[in-house]
Amino acid sequence: MWQDVAITITVFLPLLGAGIITLVPKSREEAAKPIALVVSIVGFALALGILAGYDWDARGLQYTVDVPWINAIGARYHVGIDGISMPLFTLSYLLTFLCSVYAFHHIEEPGKPKAFLALMLLLQTGMAGTFIAFDLILFFVFWELVLVPMYFMIGVWGGPRREYAAVKFFLYTLFGSVFMLVAFLALYFTSEPNTFDMLALAQQGEAGVFTATFQRLAFLGIFLGFAIKVPMWPFHTWLPDAHTEAPTIGSVLLAGILLKMGTYGFVRIALPILPEGAMAFAPVIAVLAVIAIIYGALCCLAQTDLKRLIAFSSVGHMGFVMLGIATLTPVGINAAIFGMVAHGVITGMLFFVVGSVKDRYHTRAIADIGGGLFQTMPRMGAIFTFVAIASLGLPGLAGFPGEFAALLAAFQPAAGLVEAGHLTLYRVLMVLGAVGTVLTAGYFLWMMQRVNMGVAPQRWKDAGLADVSVIEWGTWLPLLLMTFFLGVLPGLVWGITTADVDALYSVFGG
Amino acid sequence: MDPDVTAFDWFALAPELTLLATALIVLVVEPFLGPARTKWVNPVAVVGVLATLVWVVLLAVDGTDRSSFGEMFVVDAYALLFKVFFLGTALFVLLLSYRYFQEIRTYQGEYYFLVLSAFLGMLLMPSARDLVMVFIALELVSVPGFVMAGLRKFDLRSNEGAMKFFLIGVLSVAVLLFGLSIVYGYTGTTNLAGIAEGLAGLEDEPLVLASMLFVIVGFGFKISAVPFHFWAPDTYEGSPIPVTAFLSVASKAAGFAGLLQVCFVAFEPLADVWAPVLGVIAVLTMTLGNLTALQQRNIVRLFAFSSVAHAGYMIVPFGLVRPGEADVNSQAFTAVLLYLLAYSVMNIGAFAVVTAVARRHPGRQTSDYAGLGQRSPGLATALTMFLLSLGGVPPLVGLWAKFFVFTAAVNAGTAFTYFLAAAVVVNSVIAMFYYLSIARTMWMDAPAVPDPIRPGLALNFTIAALAVVALAVGIYPEAFAGFADASTLIAAGP
Repeated sequence: MWQDVAITITVFLPLLGAGIITLVPKSREEAAKPIALVVSIVGFALALGILAGYDWDARGLQYTVDVPWINAIGARYHVGIDGISMPLFTLSYLLTFLCSVYAFHHIEEPGKPKAFLALMLLLQTGMAGTFIAFDLILFFVFWELVLVPMYFMIGVWGGPRREYAAVKFFLYTLFGSVFMLVAFLALYFTSEPNTFDMLALAQQGEAGVFTATFQRLAFLGIFLGFAIKVPMWPFHTWLPDAHTEAPTIGSVLLAGILLKMGTYGFVRIALPILPEGAMAFAPVIAVLAVIAIIYGALCCLAQTDLKRLIAFSSVGHMGFVMLGIATLTPVGINAAIFGMVAHGVITGMLFFVVGSVKDRYHTRAIADIGGGLFQTMPRMGAIFTFVAIASLGLPGLAGFPGEFAALLAAFQPAAGLVEAGHLTLYRVLMVLGAVGTVLTAGYFLWMMQRVNMGVAPQRWKDAGLADVSVIEWGTWLPLLLMTFFLGVLPGLVWGITTADVDALYSVFGG
Repeated sequence: MDPDVTAFDWFALAPELTLLATALIVLVVEPFLGPARTKWVNPVAVVGVLATLVWVVLLAVDGTDRSSFGEMFVVDAYALLFKVFFLGTALFVLLLSYRYFQEIRTYQGEYYFLVLSAFLGMLLMPSARDLVMVFIALELVSVPGFVMAGLRKFDLRSNEGAMKFFLIGVLSVAVLLFGLSIVYGYTGTTNLAGIAEGLAGLEDEPLVLASMLFVIVGFGFKISAVPFHFWAPDTYEGSPIPVTAFLSVASKAAGFAGLLQVCFVAFEPLADVWAPVLGVIAVLTMTLGNLTALQQRNIVRLFAFSSVAHAGYMIVPFGLVRPGEADVNSQAFTAVLLYLLAYSVMNIGAFAVVTAVARRHPGRQTSDYAGLGQRSPGLATALTMFLLSLGGVPPLVGLWAKFFVFTAAVNAGTAFTYFLAAAVVVNSVIAMFYYLSIARTMWMDAPAVPDPIRPGLALNFTIAALAVVALAVGIYPEAFAGFADASTLIAAGP
């Protein structure tokens, strides 16, 4: 029984919570906070329950539900979870839980916790649903569902240029995703028998039902949808704006989960269903990924706004993830999944810290902060340093294993790619990617130097800035611990993912 | 072979007769009510529409296909679906009108008579299986519209809109009739199925092709397709808002019903000729509609151009039709039907909110909506839902409407149909920009005046009901996709 309803309950609980929150009377808006907290705690507990009941020895989907939904078009309510979904699914609940704790500490102007938290919970349903949907139409619905709450989060609670950023975010993603929908429909009508089921389509893809030309065209459509979401260079321009303007919680969820929906889509849909299309596009993706790494790092060096800097660092980190995916090998895909989780934890954490710094300094400009964070808020400075160093990929912390493994995988990409004569390209890209890690280290260390060290300007010393509060400790401690443990024990993620990645990617013969 | 033209089936005609009776009662009774009680004609009309609906439901329960006047008037699943749809629309238009027409102090009896007459034409339209009947139905819808558009006679813009509507309407009807007469000349029949038989093999006759273009032009005016849309924004802006809702949904749907019957039944053998033309018109219509809507500051004009764009999406399936391919054609047919249903829900919903806000802000500017989220959160939430639905965001009904258009286009599977699908994609994004800009104004701008909007019971009910439908169908589209079965009747063709 639990097996049949677990995922459905867990995914739609936040939606129910959002509904309950809207019933809170306007005069008692603060009551929304505890409700959201309880809902997200229960949600996280249910997600952990799913994790606990997961059979580690089995491969393939668990907790499956597969019932008809829209018969007219053959769409089904097919949900389930496997090793590839599990880390991101659980992470989304963890981050939402932590965000609802953080909401007690701070919600940006104009406050209105009721609307804000209802949107956050709605967002949670969309995010979690994306990772457990195994029907293309269901996937698409969840995928689009996240747009609306995030649009309002950025547009209402964001920074000075919020309206521009919100619309840009929405339109960019919509543009890509509608092309993706057309590609999904093309897949449906080309498959034999017609189906939207991802697993059945992947089997057909392996069996060679789709012609090479069709695969390339369909891959292009799906690529547009996912690449914009990741975002890959040159589709990234919405990201710095959205991230910079979004409220802290919005940034955390955007960086922590929403970006991963794109890379997850590549791993789950684009590659297994369209192997030949993937093979044709992989070198292109790899080149774009490395451009993103270098370009992201160079942009970071040029930023004067702390939050914008972190946003651009996401472009680079997602470049590593995409490089791992573009190798089409199990090592690379595992690296990518690890990279997604690590980036979610670390960058989510970075946005929390930057948000809290902004909350106290009322500015995000590095020059205005003027250094000396260690003097004004020693604990905040220490946490910031720790997370920044994890983000630059120091071995022993969470940022390292994913990026290292991605570079390692690029040394020996899938057999098909080697046969096609791309080995040299990948090795060159590996070297360039490694240069990118140096640049990454460079901008993070320089940022540390400008923000943390040095002598604090007198006005900040006099301002009596409060150091890390209890609520902030409560929000951040789990992420800090994860940053450490994922670095020391990368098997925590790889132990979950490897079996299913191997099964899914046998098609590339790598 | 000619069936008996004098044979009557009273049961089949009962809905139309009931509505006709109601229209006459409303007209005759109103002068005797006295000024204070003229508002009672609205409930009378509502009761009449409900009674008509009962007849339609009885016919649906009965389930047999009926015909009268020979094969001219047919009641089948397709016709019944449209009748239910039109009567539902009629109910909502009446609910929108209740308070509005009390407040602008116009001739209520005449107005409701005109509305009901137009809806009578709409009931006839899907049953018409003969060019003459199609023409009568179309005129019965159009002519009351000319007058209704001018009911705000104290406003110059209303006069201008009605005048434009009338002149262009009459011109296009002349062109349509001319086309129909040529078709009759070639085929010797006005029966739609008979025309299809007669037209087969006439692909190379230039006059036949020209006549089809005339017919398309005639309908193009009714559905406000580019380049026959010029009347729409001015007329919509000048009309009383309930009339605008009527023109942009019901009257347009009637045009589509007629176009469906003529194109999918009578002209089906020559689809190779007209389908590409309509495909190109579809792309032009949606693109021009959206790009112009982007620049509107008047909310009614904005929705006017948005409805032009939506007409473009609805014409796309016509561009997919190919002679003799029942599979492709029936999917295209379904797509138009479902789009019409979905579009009416969200567009009437949007106009209901516009009507509500216009009571407080007669200027009808988009800036009037600033801070509506704070003033009337319920109203703002509903309008946001309708806007997002018009834009095609899940889980709302508008997504599925577009979805079926995409499905039909991808299933047809030629380069041209993919081009049409891509055009819809690009246009959805452009459209989203101005839908979002209204949403942004409502939620993110500070209100100019703090007081909440009070729409009144009828409007509140309409708005809430339509919002619930938009959401419920969005989550479980199966209910709505089931209507597609009704379409196979005609799409299978003669």
